[in-house]
This record gives sequence, structure tokens and C-alpha cells, in this order.
Amino acid sequence: MTTAALPTARAAVDRGSGPRSQGPAWRRRVVVLTFLAPTIIGIGIFTLGPILASILLAFFRWDIITDPEFVGLTNFVDVVADPTVRISFINTLVFVVVAVTLQIAVSLALAVLISQRMPTWARTFFRSVFFFPLILSAASVSIVMRYLFNEEFGVVNWLLSLVGIGGVPWLTSPTASAVVIVLVYVWQQFGFTFLLFVGGLASIPTEVYEASSIDGATGWRQLRSITLPLLSPTMLVACVMAVISALQIFDQPYVLTRGGPGDATRTAVMVIYESAFRQLEFGRASAIGVVLMLLIMGVTALQFRLSRRFVFYQ
Amino acid sequence: MTTATVTPPARTTSTAPPRRRTRAVPSPSTVARTAFLVVAAALTLGPVIWTVSTSLRSPAESFTLPPQLIPTDPDLTPYIQVFSQINMGLLTLNSALVTGFIAVGQMLTAALAGYAFARLEFRGRSLWFSLVLATMMVPVQVTIVPVFMIIRGMGLSDTLLALILPAIPTAFGTFLMRQYFLGLPVELGEAASIDGAGPWRTFASIYAPLALPGLAIIGILAFNFHWNEFFRPLILTISEQNFTLPLGLVSLQGNMGTGSISVVLAGVVLSMIPALVVFLFGQRPLREGLTAGVSK
Repeated sequence: MTTAALPTARAAVDRGSGPRSQGPAWRRRVVVLTFLAPTIIGIGIFTLGPILASILLAFFRWDIITDPEFVGLTNFVDVVADPTVRISFINTLVFVVVAVTLQIAVSLALAVLISQRMPTWARTFFRSVFFFPLILSAASVSIVMRYLFNEEFGVVNWLLSLVGIGGVPWLTSPTASAVVIVLVYVWQQFGFTFLLFVGGLASIPTEVYEASSIDGATGWRQLRSITLPLLSPTMLVACVMAVISALQIFDQPYVLTRGGPGDATRTAVMVIYESAFRQLEFGRASAIGVVLMLLIMGVTALQFRLSRRFVFYQ
Repeated sequence: MTTATVTPPARTTSTAPPRRRTRAVPSPSTVARTAFLVVAAALTLGPVIWTVSTSLRSPAESFTLPPQLIPTDPDLTPYIQVFSQINMGLLTLNSALVTGFIAVGQMLTAALAGYAFARLEFRGRSLWFSLVLATMMVPVQVTIVPVFMIIRGMGLSDTLLALILPAIPTAFGTFLMRQYFLGLPVELGEAASIDGAGPWRTFASIYAPLALPGLAIIGILAFNFHWNEFFRPLILTISEQNFTLPLGLVSLQGNMGTGSISVVLAGVVLSMIPALVVFLFGQRPLREGLTAGVSK
């Protein structure tokens, strides 16, 4: 698709004169290499190489100091057998389901509302507001939320006390702290899926709505029969990206609860971090990383497979 | 989606679902919708406003209930104290250096590689491109242990370079720039090579300048992501003199009791300011970059 006339012509000449005329071909290769080298070498050293190394390392026990020792599948068995690792994966999966559902619901509702008739300044205002948390660091947000959710002097419990609900132990009860992690995460992330939906809604032609209202379709009916089917390709992308990002949650539980109380908010990535850099079990950390990677690939593939039934392309 | 009886004249004057002429009384559903949006906006902005407001209270009375959203008696002591309690200047400098070098490095390398994948012909081009794209899906946590080893092997442990170097090669940026170069007319390059310009010259004088908006998207995205990054700095830096802002703030919060919330929050607000500036000037490119490659 990018066949520029001249290079093609030159390539034809080269082919005609045989491999011995190395001048232009050799020079072209150098040009391509210089353009690509920084990225290819960089990705090779810092991404592709490490992926392979991680897979290899997952079969060893290694603490950096002594020699690595081959342990076969032990590290992988740990993911199921070790209660902390197992709980962290269960936590992560539950978190993904709850947080992504909430994120999609909130951002879809807001995107539908914002695409209604309203003054341009109001639309710009709301769009900027919902986008805003995305530019903040999850660490800063979590620091702020730690104060807001403080059991004794936090604003959240003060607000709840106004409607007669007594001090909820937000960060010290297992269930409540898991709820806080979900809320804080969704608060920061919903703007991303919101933006995707706003874009998706804008691409639905208005004529479809006009035609349907002539036929007497009302708000809910239009939402169910027009908006959602026509939005389904965007929905797929939004879900896939939201799930990939939620599976990697770390910053919020690290700052808010350090995984506690007990293991209630420990996530898969937290266990990777702790195994490697607290307990110096690099092999185990790699194995958990590999399982996480397989999980992401598997869940993504599953979403695309399921989408065949629900996604509607115009 | 207002439901109104559709009369032919109404349809010819308005494009969207028709609306009643009476402007004075908005329909109940409009009121409900607006109320929902306003509540959502308040919940989104509330914590931010509370943070700014509380950071402006003196450390001694850093905190009150009911919460004040507009500070009655602004006090800048927290902002002075944050500089004496942590090395705010050094943290900001570190963050700026790391973020700046990553942004510039990503723009340069992504422009080169994106151009090669879009406009240069070589064997295995689509194979290499798929390989680069595939790395986009691999989370940083999977590769962090080997990256940590490689950084150690290079003798870069606990330096800012340990944060910068691995973040420069960018699969997403390469993808974005390839798309961008594919959108520029081929004829420009053809004309240049007829005039005797080599591939380097064609890239540097013709295509790179035209791709500046695309490069801006990469720069702004890199800034937003790495200014806020927490996981890699937590692992790759050890001594406080190499900390970036998010790490410094978390350690500041850990060192102190509940007495001086306002100082911690002053640090949070200061760290937000550069991100806010980028938000104000780069909102559109940032939005486009975040959703790039998603829409058809």
C-alpha cells in the first residue's frame, strides 16, 4: 500500500542486474537499519528478551546470590497451592469483574447522557471533568483517598453520618477495604471508557434515531434497539482494554492497604512485587508473571470469541 | 431522546429528536438527566477540590468537619513546609528529567521506526511490525524481574537512567507514527527523491516536519504516563535522591502521623500542577492519543 514509485523502480533494476551489484541494495539496508535499530534493539533488550527470560526463570529457584536451581513446575504449582498467591489471583479476578462492570456501566450512562441535546459549553465542561482524573497519578489519588476514607475523621464517613450510617471501617475491614479499592480505581479510570463511548455514540448517524421516532420508538426502546447494538464494537474495545488494565492493578492497593487487612486486597501484581523484591524469590515472581500474562491473553481471546455473538458491525 | 409528537414542520427545523418549543418548563426527564450529570461531576471533582482546599490550611488545623470546599483563611505554610520535610525540588527535578528524556526519546525513536514501517521497503517488514505490536499487550510486571537484572548488569542500578532507557522504545508510539506517516501523501517523497534527496533527507526535511502533530501526541502521552508512574520507580530506584514525585509523596505520607495532612496534600497539589498544565494545553491531543487506533 505504500509502494512509492521510485524505490520500486530501483528494486526492479537491482533484481535485473543480479546480486553482484551491491551498491544501492547494501546502502538501502543500512538506511532501514538505522531507522529501525533504536526501536528494535530497545524492544529486544527491554521487552522481548525479558519475556523469554521470565518464562525460563519461572522454572528455577533463584535469589540472585546463589546459583539458580532448576525446580521444574514447582513455581507454577505454587500459584494454586500457596494460599497467599491463590488468594491474590482470586482477589484480582473478583476485582476485575466488579470494577470493570461498574466502570462500563458508569461511563456508558454518562456518555449516553452527554450525547443528548445540551449547550456545547456544558458538554465540553462535563467531558473535561470526567476526563480529568486520568491525568492524576494513581499514587497521589490513593493518598488523598486514604484521608477521605479514614474511619474516624474521613469525609466519606462524615457524609454517611448525615444520613444516619455509623462509622464504616473502610480500610480495616476486609470487605470494606476491597470496596474502597474498587471505588478509587473506577473513580480514576472511568474517564477512559467514557471517552471511547462518547466517540462511538458520535459515529451513530442521527437519521437512525429520526426514523425510529417516526415509527414511535421511545427513549428506552431506542437505547436497547439502536444505541447498544450500534455501540457494540466500541463496547468490545472498551471491555478488552478495561480488563487488561484492571488485571494489572497495583498502585491503589499498595498505597491504600498494602494488601491488607490479611490478604483481603492483595493482588497478583502485588505478589509479583513482594516475591521478587521483598522475599528475593525471582523464579516464583517470574512464574506468577507468566501466569498473569497467560491470563491476560486468555481472557482477551475469550472476549473476542464471545464478541462474535454480541458485536454487531454495520 | 425526548418523546414528542412528531409534526412535519418540527422535523424540518431540527436535526436531532424534536423538542417542544416551550423553553420555560424543561421536561422532568431533562431535569433528572442534568441532575445525574451534575452529581457525577461533583463526585469527580469533589476529592480534587477538597485536596486543594485542605492543602491551604495551616498544618495545626489541617482538617475540619464538615469539610470546607472553599478555604476561608488560606495559609501557605503547608507549601513552605513540604519543601523542608521532603526534598520537593529534587523530586520534581528527577521527575522532570526522567519524563523529559523518555518523552523526547520516544518521539525520536517512534518517528524513525514508524517511518520505516510506513515508507521504507525491506524484507520481513510486516513480520517485524507484528512483533513490535505484540509487545504492546505484555504488562510491565511480567518483564520487570529480567529488566531489573539487565539494569544491574549494565551497572545502572539505582540511577535515573534505569528508569529512562527501558521506557524509550515504544511499541504504541511506533504504531501511532506509522499510522500518521501512512496518512501523509506519498507524492511528496517521490518529488523529493526526483530532486535527488536520499531517504534520510526525505524523512528529515519533508516527512518529519509534517508529522509534528503526531509527535506531540506521543510526547504528551509519554509525559502523562511517566510523570505518574509508580511501579517501575518503586522497583528500579532505591535511594531517596533518585525518587520521582509519586514515590516521594508516598514516603512523605508514610513518615508522618495524622497531624499534618495539609503538608502531604500540598505536595500532592504541587505534583499535579505540571500534569494540569499539560491537561489544559494538550487535552485534545491527549484524548486523541488515548483513543487512537480504537476507532476505525
